[in-house]
Amino acid sequence: MTSDGGTIDGGTTDGGTTDGGTADGGTADGEAASVMRLRPPRHRVSRRAIWYWTVRAAVGWLVPLAAQVVWLLSDLSNPAPHVLWLVVTVLVAAVHVVVMPQWRFRVHRWETTAEAVYTQAGWLNQSRRIAPVSRIQTVDTARGPIEQLFGLTNVTVTTASAAGPLKIDGLDHETAQRLVDELTTTTQAHPGDAT
Amino acid sequence: MTVDADSGIAPTAVAPQWRRLSPRMLAVHPVQETLRALPALLIAFVAGRSSGNGGLWGLFGVVVTVGLGVLRWATTSYRVGVDQVQVRRGFVRRRVLSIPRDRVRTVDITAHPLHRLLGLVRITVGTGQSDRKEGLRLDGLTAAEGDRLRVELLHRGAAVATVEPEATTGSVATGGVVAGGVAAAPAPAETVLASMRPGWVWYGPFTLSGLVTIGVVAGFVYRLANEAHVNPGRFGPLRAISHQLSRVPLGIAIGEVALAVLVFVAVASTVGYVVAFWGFRLSRQDTGTLHMTRGLLTTRATTIEERRLRGVELSEPLLLRAVGGARCIAIATGLRVGRGAERGGTLLLPPAPRAEAIRVAADVLGDPHPLTVELTGHGLRAARRRYLRALEVAAVLPAGLALLWWLAGWPGWAPLVALVVLPVAAALAADRVRSLGHAISGGHLVVRQGSVVRRRYALAREGIIGWHLRQSIFQRRAGVVTVIATTAAGRQHYSLLDVPVDLSVPVVAEATPGLLDPFLIVG
Repeated sequence: MTSDGGTIDGGTTDGGTTDGGTADGGTADGEAASVMRLRPPRHRVSRRAIWYWTVRAAVGWLVPLAAQVVWLLSDLSNPAPHVLWLVVTVLVAAVHVVVMPQWRFRVHRWETTAEAVYTQAGWLNQSRRIAPVSRIQTVDTARGPIEQLFGLTNVTVTTASAAGPLKIDGLDHETAQRLVDELTTTTQAHPGDAT
Repeated sequence: MTVDADSGIAPTAVAPQWRRLSPRMLAVHPVQETLRALPALLIAFVAGRSSGNGGLWGLFGVVVTVGLGVLRWATTSYRVGVDQVQVRRGFVRRRVLSIPRDRVRTVDITAHPLHRLLGLVRITVGTGQSDRKEGLRLDGLTAAEGDRLRVELLHRGAAVATVEPEATTGSVATGGVVAGGVAAAPAPAETVLASMRPGWVWYGPFTLSGLVTIGVVAGFVYRLANEAHVNPGRFGPLRAISHQLSRVPLGIAIGEVALAVLVFVAVASTVGYVVAFWGFRLSRQDTGTLHMTRGLLTTRATTIEERRLRGVELSEPLLLRAVGGARCIAIATGLRVGRGAERGGTLLLPPAPRAEAIRVAADVLGDPHPLTVELTGHGLRAARRRYLRALEVAAVLPAGLALLWWLAGWPGWAPLVALVVLPVAAALAADRVRSLGHAISGGHLVVRQGSVVRRRYALAREGIIGWHLRQSIFQRRAGVVTVIATTAAGRQHYSLLDVPVDLSVPVVAEATPGLLDPFLIVG
């Protein structure tokens, strides 16, 4: 367990092993004593990511809301059903905008060792991805307009498989930069075409 | 670098010459272009006839296409350098396409009847994922030149590695064990892994490839009728058929049409099988390549480097499975599994007896166990999910019809009849449950799934370049997880559906030892 050779240590908010009650894979009914389980990755993403996800979701909801308002205004003779739908949409949007970012923040985690990159993401549907460092092909960073607003960076780690990019959303700039530096250094130590 | 004296290939000089296509291609290109433009020409001719100068337009079209063909020959040239293959083409916009030689994954040699008449071939160099339609394709080399180019492109690495160039030991291949192979063709040392037997044609009708033929023919006729304003009703035989059908009761008419379609599909599928796969032959050459040849009219030869091979897929479509057939597909890096009967050149064995498919797959892998090993099922919860999903989808039809009956006054028997889909869906689900399973056998991760097309993948463990464990909210509640092995080969990812959580981590840990260790908690 101590292969922390090149691990970035807790540049993000809480570096420790906060064994979050989230997403420990399925109903935890430990039948057999020695069942191998995968623990969640160590590091959380930046807390500002909550705000980023909130804004992104809110912006997404503006489109259907705007359409409904236009529809309402174009048909003022019989507004009742339109208003009803508008209210329903607003409620659903509100729940999504409030719940989703918190939930995501509890799920989104990442970790690197000298041998592997390990990420966890999602909220309703969750996924964990693991890739050996020896198979990494590129490490990219990207910042969307909203992400820049909150000082966040995405890191995408690709392998030779079209099905396997690992994405870490919502890191703060410094952590992302350190992660990229570290990964590019360790990747260079592995020759070959990684297929 | 050694010189392969056997085939007289010297390593290419430092400044290689630009080479041209065979001038014999001048006879092929124009014909080819004319044939390709035939529908358009026909339409121009028919449409022009009504305006009085169809012949003129038709002639003009032919002249243009012939001219283009000549131009294409004159402007295309290629060369093979030490590191790169280059193709230069284009008249107005001159383009040079360069491909690093170590990116060459496959070499395809095809020859349609006209090519064969003139002793020519078309060569397509596959570089994997970035393949574009035009790619590196040279249409119209002489057969000898094509073969030479293939050897030059693919066997360079092997030629360097092999110390003795004239190894004609017969059945020893670089890949490893070759079981039951028949030694043949003495010239290049190779082992025949499979060759088509006429009896295999029996599997033709069960491939249903004829359905595609029907689609193509129907589409062509429709387009022709539409654009040239030909009324199909004017044709005698068609009119007679529709007349006959309108006289008999509806039930019988439907039966007659269904029978006719069935017969046509069976015949077309059989013909398609023979045309595509006649003379099929799979061999392993001791330079570390797998070589496939096939085709009745258009011949096709594909060569795959074995060092790019990451496994084998055994696929059994439902109908084919019912008559004991199966086919075999290669999983190789940089070779995506394509569509159509040829699977984008990855096909290792056309529909053939199942035992034969298993033998060939085992030969290619060099290990028979992944094909026969007993699989671990995914348990009750995975089974329940198969049934639930099948029935949910199947219930849409009767439910929809019932809704229409209730709201729109559709006939009440329709939803009742539609209930038939439920047992069918349940049967499919049961079959899917039976298929589902995985195992780790030696160096391979083995996965099987599917009913309509049941597939068994044997993926080399060293070909796995990552894992993706995915759980929907329902899967979390059921305690199952979809385990996806990502790879640079074939379909790029191979999934183990709904593995019980307790089983999932051991599978990953066993397939890629050590990778998970830092992230495990035992207890």
